[in-house]
Amino acid sequence: MHELYEKLKQYYPLGELTEQRNNLAFITLKQEQLRPVLLHLRDKENYTHLVILTAVDWLEDNCFQLTYLLSNRTNATDIGLRLMIPRDNATMESIHDIWPTAATYQRELREMFGIDFPESPRVNEDFILEGWNDIPPYRRDFDTLKFSEETFAQRPGRETKDPAEHMKQKLYPDGA
Amino acid sequence: MAYQPDRSQYPQKKADGSLDIDLTSGKYLKLWQGPQHPGITGNMSVELTVCGDEVVEGITHVGYLHRGFEKLMERRTFIQCFPIVCRICVPEPDFNEYCYAAAVEELAGIEAPEYANWIRTLILEMGRINSYLMYCGGQAGSFGMGVISQWTTYVRDLMLDRFEELTGARIYHMFILPGGVRDRLPEGFAQRMEETLCEIESTMSDVYDTMYCNAVFKKRSVGVGVIDVDLMDSYGVTGPNARAGGVAKDVRKDQPYLVYPELEFEPILGQDSDIYTRADVRRQDLLQSVDLVRQILAKMPKEGALMAKIPSVMHWKIPRGETYVRGECSRGEYGYYLVTDGSGYPRRVNVRGPSYTHAMALLERMIVNLNIADVAGLMVSLHTYPPEIER
Amino acid sequence: MKEELEKRIIKGPDGLEFEVEPLRDYYCEAPPTVMPAAYSKIVEDLFNWARSESIWILGFGTGCGAIEMRPLMTPRFDAYRFGVQWRPTPRQSNLFIISGYLSVKTLKRVIRSYEQMQNPKYVIGLGSCTINGGMYWDSYNTIKRLDQYLPVDLYIAGCMPRPEALLAGFADLKKLIRSGKAEGANEYAEKFEWYKANQKRVINDWDMPDYNW
Repeated sequence: MHELYEKLKQYYPLGELTEQRNNLAFITLKQEQLRPVLLHLRDKENYTHLVILTAVDWLEDNCFQLTYLLSNRTNATDIGLRLMIPRDNATMESIHDIWPTAATYQRELREMFGIDFPESPRVNEDFILEGWNDIPPYRRDFDTLKFSEETFAQRPGRETKDPAEHMKQKLYPDGA
Repeated sequence: MAYQPDRSQYPQKKADGSLDIDLTSGKYLKLWQGPQHPGITGNMSVELTVCGDEVVEGITHVGYLHRGFEKLMERRTFIQCFPIVCRICVPEPDFNEYCYAAAVEELAGIEAPEYANWIRTLILEMGRINSYLMYCGGQAGSFGMGVISQWTTYVRDLMLDRFEELTGARIYHMFILPGGVRDRLPEGFAQRMEETLCEIESTMSDVYDTMYCNAVFKKRSVGVGVIDVDLMDSYGVTGPNARAGGVAKDVRKDQPYLVYPELEFEPILGQDSDIYTRADVRRQDLLQSVDLVRQILAKMPKEGALMAKIPSVMHWKIPRGETYVRGECSRGEYGYYLVTDGSGYPRRVNVRGPSYTHAMALLERMIVNLNIADVAGLMVSLHTYPPEIER
Repeated sequence: MKEELEKRIIKGPDGLEFEVEPLRDYYCEAPPTVMPAAYSKIVEDLFNWARSESIWILGFGTGCGAIEMRPLMTPRFDAYRFGVQWRPTPRQSNLFIISGYLSVKTLKRVIRSYEQMQNPKYVIGLGSCTINGGMYWDSYNTIKRLDQYLPVDLYIAGCMPRPEALLAGFADLKKLIRSGKAEGANEYAEKFEWYKANQKRVINDWDMPDYNW
């Protein structure tokens, strides 16, 4: 994986490389570099399969991490491209013309994280949720427990214990 | 025989590429297939626009089974996630358990003991057999042969008995936990397994005679629903759907995991990439899995450690990192993308269900110019499990 | 409201123009009514006996419980021997098994399917998640109590309940029907306003008439 990184670095300014396994590495890059790097990997390095496109919400850094995971079947390696985009008005360039299947992922990200992908087909249609008018649910600041308690009728009598606290009380009742 | 669509009588495209369908003209009809429809796989729906008997446009709608697992897992500790992951994909839950366990082990730097790896492989192959048996019944049923699903569901039940014996549960096994597996094989398991496998083989030979050699089945499936080989990569097609087109995608060979390097098998390939070939590839895959279960039971060590040493699960914190772990399930590549941030909870889990790409983008493309009656057959032949699409 | 549900002028294939108001023309908005018991008890008992012996289930797998329906239909467990069978359309069925968690999106379809079924009709809640949310107690997209939205006659607990549990559930439901206690459909008609208010509270995207049959 290191050779590929060095090779890519000749053409594009890249961020750090994390080698997770000998067949999986993650490369950080800038938003503008994504399209040329993706095209280079797909056309020249045989990374033809888009495995996943997903996002991670780093609330404390106020940014979203987008991960594009590509797979090369001939030498059985995977490369994850990660890039950080600001959390406010998150917008990213659509790659549905490179991989048509990316349109589905982008629809999901649009709905679940509120990341906009202009020009991606049907990106603003409802995908999984229907009539949702709260903040996008996969964002870290969305509290699913609070939402479900407020929205849905609960059956009384259900007790939920924090397992760590519960074990402590059971094992050390006198609070030692 | 490649299927040549005839689009002469169908709508023109507008300038932006969308179809020019005027529903008030009386020429077209909107027809919903699903979610309450017997010809749909699981709980999803396809919004068809038909002209006569032919589909002009099909739009898939998913989300009926969304429970928000990826959010729920962010609120649960690593061990609390383990009992819920199997519920992500109902008909084949074991791959969720394995992929989650493997991802956690990788980030926490734990290695599962060898004996546990053998049992894991055994469970995964048993799960594949289950899933294929279910598929066979569904595929025959979608073309009007109800009796096949009576047979295959019966032998699937026998396999569920073996699961129950081993794990204590029929559907949700909750057996492969981070660090190892829960239990060893029970006494006499190999022999009862052998009887079940013989039963499955004999049923599959009956199924071959009545379904795969059936003129009606052939007439309706040969040459229908062809996936172009060029589309395989751009649409992310994996597993038997890709192998039926001659692309030897098989994670077990490409990136061997668990004990697959020690087992002998070759990916099953087809050529024509139509519904019939996909059904045939899955049948052979099923028989291959039967063979693999036999190999595993013959080669596996008799005794060994079940669990690696894991930290106290109450205070289990995993340092910051991210990884992607995959396995070859009956529908293709199943993967988990796990991000940790040093706390006791996963930062983000993303599940790559193979149906995600098959059932949405690819189906919408393939469904055009099909007869209404063949839509169900096509959907089943892509082997879609909706719960893994929407999680 | 969706575009296709709005009032509009349509030009038919024969060139005639006519006005269409889908909510009025395609649905009947009359609320459900309570079905009175037969004129004498012995006749009602006979009816109930007949009802209990032909439980026809709507084949709508709403959640993971649907996977145990297949074994029930096939020789191993064979629910058909108890007069239970699966029907493809709501018009032909009288038992709705809510097989597990209901996401809000499915709940809307379930209500529609339920209202299309004809009286007398029964509902079974299958799995812990229909009782109090079960595994999905903190999920933002699944309802926690089924009986707030539909009248439930019987619950079958478990995650997931075995086919044998379902068979026992059918036997119990038969007892309920025979003793005249399975009055879910009438309860729905009586407390119609309450059920509708509950349903509308969780379904934001309400684009159907209040009662559609």
